[in-house]
Amino acid sequence: MIPISHYIVVSLLLFTTGVIGVLTRRNVIIILMSIELILNAVNINLVAFSHYVGNLNGQVFAVFIITDAAAEAAVGLGIIIAFFRNRQTLLADEMDLLRW
Amino acid sequence: MMNQVLFYFFAGLAVLGGVLVVTMRNAVHSAVFLITSLLATAGLYLTLNAEFLFVVQIILYVGGIMVLFIFVIMLVNLDVALHQVQFNRQSWVAGLLSIVLLTELLAALALARSGGPGMQLLPPPAAAAASLEGNTQQIGMLLFQNYVIPFELASILLLVALVGAVVMGKKKI
Repeated sequence: MIPISHYIVVSLLLFTTGVIGVLTRRNVIIILMSIELILNAVNINLVAFSHYVGNLNGQVFAVFIITDAAAEAAVGLGIIIAFFRNRQTLLADEMDLLRW
Repeated sequence: MMNQVLFYFFAGLAVLGGVLVVTMRNAVHSAVFLITSLLATAGLYLTLNAEFLFVVQIILYVGGIMVLFIFVIMLVNLDVALHQVQFNRQSWVAGLLSIVLLTELLAALALARSGGPGMQLLPPPAAAAASLEGNTQQIGMLLFQNYVIPFELASILLLVALVGAVVMGKKKI
């Protein structure tokens, strides 16, 4: 039987990888993908705890998080396409329309 | 034994895929490795007896979201992007701080494992009482009994996202 700490360690590694991706990359699409990695890490944690506690509420929450990820990806990618049409760039540090 | 081999295989694959997503230069390669990582996560769900989430993960994440990502990458494909610097100026500080964050979280986990005062990790579950209902049926029951309102809210969220995506896709914005 695998102890729950192993699942938590996998989840932490994925989470940190996602955080590094969000903070260091310049390409917006890859930043969105890193956010998906973070959401996935959360899901692993929820499902693991749901299994070890012995009820299914965690898995229902994981379903909601997947729904949320789908909505976020749809709107985020739509924004990226609209921005790309206007500015011809995908780099996060060139998206400074609101900067004074 | 088999379960452990599968767990370490899927866990390694998921973490490796995640690292490659962040380090690859080409966005299409990143997307492919993200698919690897998501499929490996689906395998991890299987080792946790979450068959419904295993299927949902493959259909929705890999079949839906990642196809959307690859479509958008193809739509905004820029050859110039490959020759630009891929990491921003703050990346050294950010990487360092992320490593600090990871160390902190792992230290918290180690503290919980050592069983400090009032802390203790969940023991492995006793062999679950064999239920006649499948995992999918149980989740469906929970969704439509205890979580009806969140479920309806999620459908409204999806509707809003749909409208938002259509508006963002308009020619003139």
